[in-house]
Amino acid sequence: MSDARLSVLKTYKLYVGGKFPRSESGRVYEVTDVKGDWLANAPLSSRKDARDAVVAARKAFGGWSGATAYNRGQVLYRVAEMLEGRRAQFVHEVAGAEGLSKSKAAAVVDATIDRWVWYAGWTDKIAQVVGGANPVAGPYFNLSSPEPTGVVAVLAPQESSFLGLVSVLAPVVATGNTAVVVASERSPLPALSLAEVLATSDVPGGVVNILSGRTAEIAAPLAAHQDVNAIDLAGADEALAKELETAAADNLKRVVRPQPVDDWSATPGLERLTAFLETKTVWHPTGALGAAGSSY
Amino acid sequence: MASAFEYAPAPESRAVVDIAPSYGLFIDGEFTEAADGKVFKTVSPSSEEVLSEVAEATEADVDRAVAAARKAFETWSALPGAERAKYLFRIARIVQERSRELAVLETLDNGKPIKETRDADLPLVAAHFFYYAGWADKLEHAGFGPAPRPLGVAGQVIPWNFPLLMLAWKIAPALATGNTVVLKPAETTPLSALFFADICRQAGLPKGVVNIVTGDGRTGAALVAHPGVDKVAFTGSTAVGKEIARTLAGTRKKLTLELGGKGANIVFDDAPIDQAVEGIVSGIFFNQGQVCCAGSRLLVQESIHDELLDRLKRRLTTLRLGDPLDKNTDIGAINSAEQLARITALADQGEAEGAERWSAPCELPSAGYWFAPTLFTGVTQAHTIARDEIFGPVLSVLTFRTPDEAVAKANNTPYGLSAGIWTEKGSRILAVANKLRAGVIWSNTFNKFDPTSPFGGYKESGFGREGGRHGLEAYLDV
Repeated sequence: MSDARLSVLKTYKLYVGGKFPRSESGRVYEVTDVKGDWLANAPLSSRKDARDAVVAARKAFGGWSGATAYNRGQVLYRVAEMLEGRRAQFVHEVAGAEGLSKSKAAAVVDATIDRWVWYAGWTDKIAQVVGGANPVAGPYFNLSSPEPTGVVAVLAPQESSFLGLVSVLAPVVATGNTAVVVASERSPLPALSLAEVLATSDVPGGVVNILSGRTAEIAAPLAAHQDVNAIDLAGADEALAKELETAAADNLKRVVRPQPVDDWSATPGLERLTAFLETKTVWHPTGALGAAGSSY
Repeated sequence: MASAFEYAPAPESRAVVDIAPSYGLFIDGEFTEAADGKVFKTVSPSSEEVLSEVAEATEADVDRAVAAARKAFETWSALPGAERAKYLFRIARIVQERSRELAVLETLDNGKPIKETRDADLPLVAAHFFYYAGWADKLEHAGFGPAPRPLGVAGQVIPWNFPLLMLAWKIAPALATGNTVVLKPAETTPLSALFFADICRQAGLPKGVVNIVTGDGRTGAALVAHPGVDKVAFTGSTAVGKEIARTLAGTRKKLTLELGGKGANIVFDDAPIDQAVEGIVSGIFFNQGQVCCAGSRLLVQESIHDELLDRLKRRLTTLRLGDPLDKNTDIGAINSAEQLARITALADQGEAEGAERWSAPCELPSAGYWFAPTLFTGVTQAHTIARDEIFGPVLSVLTFRTPDEAVAKANNTPYGLSAGIWTEKGSRILAVANKLRAGVIWSNTFNKFDPTSPFGGYKESGFGREGGRHGLEAYLDV
């Protein structure tokens, strides 16, 4: 690198409804690397930003949940393609955010991209794994199918700013939900850059909305919001998680409690895919063709 | 018309059931008194006759029951699945053998017609145990990993509308997966759970695997809040369900909730009208409408509103309300004075808000808790009777013009438990079913249940599923 040229810094912005607004509050906060050196000013989201994000996510839910599973898989695979193209950028950001060496950060980014691919492949398989026909004792065809629960608030893990983030976000949208993500408070930059990938990957605006700021400040209105169907508390500490789970009971949100994760790179199970799925069971009379039937 | 349908009384004999004057708590395989010796009475809702006195469990009793379940968990969870299965098969068989006795008992304690306890509740109870018995030694094939583990002690609180069936929905999957249970039956219907304790004894079930603590809401609250409980399963009102969710916030307890509903029964203009009428009747008048998945909102396409209502009213005039033990009775008693007061108040509010009330001419018995099958026409979405769960034999009739309007109105509720669709057009069934935000949808039928079929709600109707392979998840460490 030559010292001759002054680099162009990026203004990090929120991602809401497919657009990149600043916080309506006009606030920012300083994001530093692990050594305390300035990296960027990130938007410090307000309650109003959280509510706007929920409106955007709700608006996008019908289209995204109604898209074919194949189509969702294609779109999510496209995200992985776009990530691959920006690999160097994310290695740089993850290294800065998490204080990793370049090679370790590269391994994290590779695992993150592979995680998108893994979830992209699940969109059109999960229904067969968790749904199916039930052999009821009567003349009925009875079918259980998974359906997305709706708008999911996702508190991204605080430590694993990119792999952890994708590990909690991808299953939410793979299953047809829409998401309002609260990025890692200390390390929001990889999440805010992920928004730029999503915006160029055919993901409809509003399917994923990304907010940065104080987790507790943004999460409180999300947990209490009557138009949010579920919340993943991965990024909340014990005290905050209890407070948010209590608020979430008000409209019986589906809640995923925080669990210690030693290694985000381990292959996930189905837990996060099924956490935000409802099971719909439909009974159809089969009729009867008479006792004789066919002898063939 | 009435004279043509006059029936001689055909009461089922109550000699088949022997109710003791008092019952204790069933803890660690023994019936014991409550710590402070308190009891409460359980009455027959159709006559207000006191059936028995039942112990009222205190926190100390709940503590004892949880300790017994914890102790039993060690050995029960270590049993080979095939052995647990055989206990459950035994229970299923004993339920079948004693089903007439239990049906009469349930009708006495709950007030529902013997026709329903005999033909619906009891067969489903036995089927549920039979179904989950078979899972006990096949859990590694259920899709929850190679060696799914039980959770520990399950605290289970059940309602009064299907006392023994709700017990079966709770206990069968819990035991099959290797958990032990402390179950609290509803305050107004404790008897069938106490008879079930005797079935456990007959089946030779190890002590402490099933514990029954009777009492009111305070007993239930003590159970769900008990630190020794690993899993809470509740069926009941949405308000209590939310309170339980708050109580469990910040704990490691796993929770499933099966709560209220305001099910839409949607009838399109091409529906088979006579079948639809039968479905509407069973949808809202089965079990006096005291069903969480009742089709309490009838959404009828405007063009057939008058014809459908004429036929529905004609059908309602043939319903027979009265002695629940009479084999010809269609409509039994409301479960309690408290529930009757709630239904009465909501129906009065429906009238006060301007909906048009109609009931078939119907003579109510002088003793007991009774409410005539009632329907309201001219109901709008703003009416309380279109929004609040009444949990009684009260149908609110609304109209729509297009399928989109029907779906919008059906989904316009914080609940999401059940819905019905009546049309001869297959593609319309699939399209509408796809758009409805409800956990159980019946097309051209209503109120069908089966142990293999997952049951449970969207939104504020709760979370988790009971029944089928899905029902195992609530009791496994996944």
